[in-house]
Amino acid sequence: MVLDNIEKLLEKYDNGETTLQEEQQLKHYFTQETVAPHLEVYKPMFQYFVITQEEQFTKDIPLKPKQTYTLYKWISVAAVAVLMFGIYTQVNKPITDLSQLTLEQQEAYFQTKKALAMVSSNFNEGATSLNTLKIASESFEKGAEQMNYINEFSKATNKIFKTN
Amino acid sequence: MTQSEFLNIVLPFKDKVFRLAKRLLVSKEEAEDATQEILLKLWNKKEQMQDYKNVEAFSMTMTKNFCLDKLKSKHAQNLKIVHNNYQDNNLSLQKQLEINDSLDWVSKIMEELPEQQKIIMQLRDIEQYDFNEISKMLDMNETAIRVSLSRARKTLREKLTKTHSYGIR
Repeated sequence: MVLDNIEKLLEKYDNGETTLQEEQQLKHYFTQETVAPHLEVYKPMFQYFVITQEEQFTKDIPLKPKQTYTLYKWISVAAVAVLMFGIYTQVNKPITDLSQLTLEQQEAYFQTKKALAMVSSNFNEGATSLNTLKIASESFEKGAEQMNYINEFSKATNKIFKTN
Repeated sequence: MTQSEFLNIVLPFKDKVFRLAKRLLVSKEEAEDATQEILLKLWNKKEQMQDYKNVEAFSMTMTKNFCLDKLKSKHAQNLKIVHNNYQDNNLSLQKQLEINDSLDWVSKIMEELPEQQKIIMQLRDIEQYDFNEISKMLDMNETAIRVSLSRARKTLREKLTKTHSYGIR
């Protein structure tokens, strides 16, 4: 009786007309140990279906990298913001053109410039007098060299005196 | 949508996605890569996901298209792995076949089916979707699905009968 039923179901199955429930019935029948010998062919088929259904995806679900990526994005945004801020303050700070100053400031600027020029000219005078000193020291050095010659000479004479 | 909400939606069918990918791409590693890619795509689209009526069916369609694209690019590169080479060897070993080996046979025979039939068989006989759902996933009408399913089942049975009788002889 059962076998009869199964055979009918199989025919329907081959024609693609079985319902899910009927297919479940077939699967159940063919996962048993003993099957009618002429239906043996179907056994691996249904067993395969049942076994493959249990195969699982064991790898991680990769949502993490996406998140670190967004983190990097925000860090780069922050870096760009800091950079822009730095450039902004840096550009606005120094006044490079005289025309940007007020009249008073310009006056002050020229006066300090004059004073500094005076100081530097005095420095130059000092430098020229230093030059004469340099010449003097050079001649001193020459004298010292000549003294060396004299020393050498006196050594030699001393030797002569000693041997006598 | 938070990560845990997303996982709650995705977890029930991620294995199905993986199995379909494996059915089409054959190699386990490639199927794993494909699954990860599909889950990532879903995650990127998580804002629109609430609008989909059936996320599972949508994902299965996506998997199918993704894998077929992959296969196509492989065909173009002439990198298709040919499995015909070692069949002869196996035939002579058929006598010692135990259950596990005959299960291998089923999967090998399924590999030889045309892609359309493979997908339909996978969805129906293994994942047990009803015809209505399958027709939505594949954008086909139900009778066409039944016909190609019946064809697939018949070829599978015929080939199994052949190998079976080889084994006895």
